[in-house]
Amino acid sequence: MSVNYNLLGLIFASMHDSFVSDLTEHRTMGSIPFGGRYRLIDFPLSNYVNSGVSEVGVITKANYGSLLDHLGSGRDWDLARKKGGLHLLPPYSQTGGIYKGRLDALANIWSFVEHSKAQYVILSNCDVVTTIDFNPVLRQHKETEADITLIYGKGYYDGEKNRSTTILQLDEDKVVNDVLVAPRIKGECCQWLDMVIISKELLRTIVFDSMSRNTFSFTKEILQNKECGYKIMGFEHTELFMRIDSTESYFAANKRLLDSETRKAIFKYKTPVYTKVGDNAPVKYGLESNIKNSLIADGCIIEGTVENSILFRGVKVGKGTVIKDSVIMQGAVIGSNCRLSEIITDKNVGIRDDQILNGSETYPVYINKNGKI
Amino acid sequence: MYTKKKVVAMLLAGGQGSRLYALTKNVAKPAVPYGGKYRLIDFPLSNCTNSGIDTVGVLTQYQPLVLNEYIGNGQPWDLDKMNGGVHVLPPYESQKGASWYEGTANAIYQNMNFIRRYDPEYVVVLGGDHIYKMDYSKMVDFHIANEADCTISVIDVPLAEASRFGIMICDENNKVTDFVEKPKEPKSTLASMGIYVFSWKKLEKYLIENEEDANAKRERGESWSKDFGKDIITSMLRDNQRLFAYEFEGYWKDVGTLDSLWEANMDLLSPALPLDLHDKSWKIYSRSSYVPPQYIGNNAKVENSMIAEGCDVDGSVDFSVLFAGVTVEEGAVVNYSIIMPGAVIKSGAVVEYAIVGSDSVIESDAHIGKSPESAEKSDNWGIAVVGHNVTVSSGKSVEPKQIIGENI
Repeated sequence: MSVNYNLLGLIFASMHDSFVSDLTEHRTMGSIPFGGRYRLIDFPLSNYVNSGVSEVGVITKANYGSLLDHLGSGRDWDLARKKGGLHLLPPYSQTGGIYKGRLDALANIWSFVEHSKAQYVILSNCDVVTTIDFNPVLRQHKETEADITLIYGKGYYDGEKNRSTTILQLDEDKVVNDVLVAPRIKGECCQWLDMVIISKELLRTIVFDSMSRNTFSFTKEILQNKECGYKIMGFEHTELFMRIDSTESYFAANKRLLDSETRKAIFKYKTPVYTKVGDNAPVKYGLESNIKNSLIADGCIIEGTVENSILFRGVKVGKGTVIKDSVIMQGAVIGSNCRLSEIITDKNVGIRDDQILNGSETYPVYINKNGKI
Repeated sequence: MYTKKKVVAMLLAGGQGSRLYALTKNVAKPAVPYGGKYRLIDFPLSNCTNSGIDTVGVLTQYQPLVLNEYIGNGQPWDLDKMNGGVHVLPPYESQKGASWYEGTANAIYQNMNFIRRYDPEYVVVLGGDHIYKMDYSKMVDFHIANEADCTISVIDVPLAEASRFGIMICDENNKVTDFVEKPKEPKSTLASMGIYVFSWKKLEKYLIENEEDANAKRERGESWSKDFGKDIITSMLRDNQRLFAYEFEGYWKDVGTLDSLWEANMDLLSPALPLDLHDKSWKIYSRSSYVPPQYIGNNAKVENSMIAEGCDVDGSVDFSVLFAGVTVEEGAVVNYSIIMPGAVIKSGAVVEYAIVGSDSVIESDAHIGKSPESAEKSDNWGIAVVGHNVTVSSGKSVEPKQIIGENI
């Protein structure tokens, strides 16, 4: 993919943090480990890079130490660049305190956006895992002469559960008529993937107008405000997407990667998902290892049984231990003869020999970072 | 700019590795895959970084394309430096004309200007075809403590094997008194590992002498050579220079032949763990392939193996090393084998005691290799090898010791 200097990518690393409070206690949404070797921010970042976007700003809010550590200079995403490259934009508020909404956040980092030579800006969050090329979106945005283009995907929505989803109502020309935040409905819906394309010029107007009115929410003040008179278009992303909006959906999305169709949709040969290089040795399986239907990252040493599970980098599984239907994050050391099912262990958890832990599909047992059992 | 370095390493990576046959048809030997995610050159490069040596010249000649691309700017090994770092040094043309590297000593001779840029005290000369973890800084310290002109790393080998190596004869202070290349009746079991530390000024002098001497011989029509072991070390011994043997203890494996490459991979599966790649204190770095974690399917049976990221395994894998992005379909069997990156083993295929090269395809019901027990005569048994980008059609077989470089 050649470089597209006309697009600036922005990522909100902390949007919707509170929906997965266990996992974001010490980190941002963007730095939640996912899929064996990734962090959620790898997906929007790789989508940008694979679309030729070479200038990316990451807007952080709080607890962003792990995010800084993960991203570094951006080299692993090929974003350590002289022209463009990766820019981490720490929180800063003109009105005091941490920003309140997307518009407030944008106002605070506006000098970065202004400095860019790109004419168009894409906004993404980190809570949607999908693979998307933004070039067709930009093309449609220009062709339809839209002011704002919202990217959505069709899929089953349950208002009781999907608390961070915004539903779009479109006419046959894909003009967005209505925008509903987490409505109490169920069924097949057009779900906004929280991705937006907008011209820098219009975004500047919107951001500074909002600041002068002391309003902060892009959804509420712009998308839902029919008096604005903007032409808001939808772009349908027809590929698979998974939204992380609860510990349960996090658990389910990880396990969905065990399905080969999901892996094919997310990990495409031509558009790899980039992540921080770990320099781990390949996985070593012992004499009595027994593995079924599992996704296993480099650096693991496995001597027991693992079924229907996701093991992150550098996990050790002792002899006689059986792990089923679980997500074991980086660096866990699990002793011998344990029985573990439906659990999520955060980073660097230690589990001694002979432990038994059982969760359930809807309420997986969650073990804190560095927890010892 | 101030560029002085205490130590510069020169890595001889031009070797063809002709005894690896099909595996080095299009790639230089140091670029041969090893251990699931590495290439041979990862070991000396990572050793350099871990030893604090940040300036490395890599001398390439034979099929350098893959190797050049792999080394790139040296970033995976932390060797992308403002001053120093890794530099690939192919043969070049000068006002005197162009010439290929005519031996290991000549390769360094032709790049003396590279070394002079850094004005080093010591030059470490390394090969690119051994598997080992070694702290070169300790060897340099040993060299300094002995006020040596040249220090040669040696390893104690069984007497029965000593005649395969360059053998050092030392006094009680580890001072080398004699050096014999592949002796029929070895007087010692200390084998040279092809790793040298030289005091640069001394090396510079001997390189120039050897070059002039060899060129004069060539003009006279006499036999000549420009090699480290044969010429530089021998000349230094003749002149009573201070040569010392630095004894290395640990895992060291030459992977010069197909059998030894296979064995070196199998060593990784040994419970005795002679070489621990999971050791975080001495990581072996490699260029990453950006593929998802490996998936082990419902029908898989995976035991006692090493499997890299990006693999998709639904068959049976035992005592084997699978590199990144290998597919083993349901019903396929891989035993005691090495499957290089991107290869596909289709359903019903059997691969045993074999090496399958990168991106090769073993079609269903093909049979590669045999176990030593099943061979009629032990003389006829050996590793079966399928080269890179080769397709073995359905139902075909590759016998032990057979090497396939073209589609069958």
